[in-house]
Amino acid sequence: MSEKPLVALRGIEKRFASGVRALGGLDLDVRQGEFLSLLGPSGCGKSTALRLIAGLSEPNSGAVEWRDGARPEIGFVFQEPTLMPWTSVAKNVFLPLRLQGVAWRDAASRVREALAGVGLAGFADAYPRELSGGMRMRVSIARALVTKPPLLLMDEPFAALDEITRFRLNDDLLALAAQLKTTVIFVTHSVFESVYLSSRIAVFAARPGRVTETIEISAPRVRHSDFRLAPEFSDYARRASAALDAASGARAA
Amino acid sequence: MSEAREAGSAADGPRLDERVDAARAWRARLVEIALPLAIFAAALGLWEAVVRLRQIPPYILPAPSVIAETLVKDWSVLSASLLVTLSITFEALIAATVGGVALAILLSQSKWIERAFLPFAIVLQVTPVIAIAPLLLVWLEPSTAVLVCAFLVAFFPVLANTALGLASTDYNLVDLFEIYRAPRWKQLVYLRLPSALPYFFSGLRIAGGLALIGAIVAELAAGAAGQGTGLAFRIVEAGFRLNIPRMFAALALISATGIAIYGFFTALSTMFLGRWHESAGGRER
Ligand SMILES: Nc1ncnc2c1ncn2[C@@H]1O[C@H](COP(=O)(O)OP(=O)(O)O)[C@@H](O)[C@H]1O
Ligand SMILES: [Mg+2]
Repeated sequence: MSEKPLVALRGIEKRFASGVRALGGLDLDVRQGEFLSLLGPSGCGKSTALRLIAGLSEPNSGAVEWRDGARPEIGFVFQEPTLMPWTSVAKNVFLPLRLQGVAWRDAASRVREALAGVGLAGFADAYPRELSGGMRMRVSIARALVTKPPLLLMDEPFAALDEITRFRLNDDLLALAAQLKTTVIFVTHSVFESVYLSSRIAVFAARPGRVTETIEISAPRVRHSDFRLAPEFSDYARRASAALDAASGARAA
Repeated sequence: MSEAREAGSAADGPRLDERVDAARAWRARLVEIALPLAIFAAALGLWEAVVRLRQIPPYILPAPSVIAETLVKDWSVLSASLLVTLSITFEALIAATVGGVALAILLSQSKWIERAFLPFAIVLQVTPVIAIAPLLLVWLEPSTAVLVCAFLVAFFPVLANTALGLASTDYNLVDLFEIYRAPRWKQLVYLRLPSALPYFFSGLRIAGGLALIGAIVAELAAGAAGQGTGLAFRIVEAGFRLNIPRMFAALALISATGIAIYGFFTALSTMFLGRWHESAGGRER
């Protein structure tokens, strides 16, 4: 890739006050327009890396270098839907715009569009507790995308959902990301999910967290469930698993 | 999405089984209200019967019917006192709410402020009001002293609950506000205050009861000075005159006031939190 990466993590070190070395020698380029999965066992520092990119914490050393000098607008989706329970679905999706000083009058149509995009057009006035887990996660995604950010960060967003709901959300996320041309960084500990979604997988090793291998998935960006059954899918899955095994071995070495 | 469509189709109109469910809910509601009322009525009946059968004189234990009679007969005196007690309670409560919320917001601004002020609030909390009341009566006019007393007891639950609510905001939401670079005041208004609301209301419910207790206790202390005209003063006065039925009548009014205050704040809290918080209203099973 000759193009400059959208964001580059260079020699990142992150220690917590507890003494845990969450990240050490982490190097990672994120390319414009890709769907990048951070794949690794739980506790290996994926969330920490994502939070550094989001600007929610600072590395002890190393740098987060943005192509355009500063972090662009981002959307962030947590493992839990993280909605405000006291207000309606529409007002939850409105939040990022409200924080930018947009008035509800001007935001209403964008909110409606974002909700339609995640298939929740009829639920604008519902309250979060009235929705299922999958629907809440859809609201969370609508909220992250309502500003049409160039970069979307997702931290194991579907880990708590059942498989049927997760597969459906996988497909819808791929369609949305392609439609909005958003760069996505997606944290997961599922090999299959990372292969299904990504254009590239960064495999993490633990203690300290770092990228040991990246795997390009050169299948078309918008995929359908038959991809899960394709021989290339299992090839990629095998490669990703092997990379994970190698990474966990790398700790002992 | 098919998931969304399925859920949407249910909202067309009440189906038969939904109406049956509604009827069942009504019956459950009725039992919930009727049962305690029936038991209360039975207890009153038993009391009445015991007093009559054993011919207990009213200056020892008046029958409920005698108390009711006294309530009607002395209503002009008692209602005036009720009004005094109520206005003290609510003035104290309003002051405690404003002061408690304001201080909770201040404390939430910095750990240092919190460390500096919290001990004072706690000292106030753990000191029984009855012990402060005589001192307040020396310093202040009796009516002001009663008000301050009621304020002091009502203040802490509002402060403590609101402070806890402000501090237990979902930290992911706090992160989200930071990601969108929201200024502090927006975080307070759009995030911390709304998420503290359920805590605030439970504080308010406790404070409502305590304000009444504080007003009564201070009045009892002041009553010896012969100045008060609230319900507690009526109790002291009736005691001196051995007018036991009136004592019970005033006591009944105090109880009713306590219940009304609790009911009022529960209703208020349901009104504000009804659609989003588990503590308000029932959870559908
Ligand atoms: N705020 C924190 N304070 C102390 N230790 C932390 C904190 N956040 C994460 N850690 C530690 O850093 C390591 C990496 O955590 P995390 O990035 O959450 O892993 P992952 O998301 O891959 O499961 C873990 O050992 C975790 O306990
Ligand atoms: Mg994590």
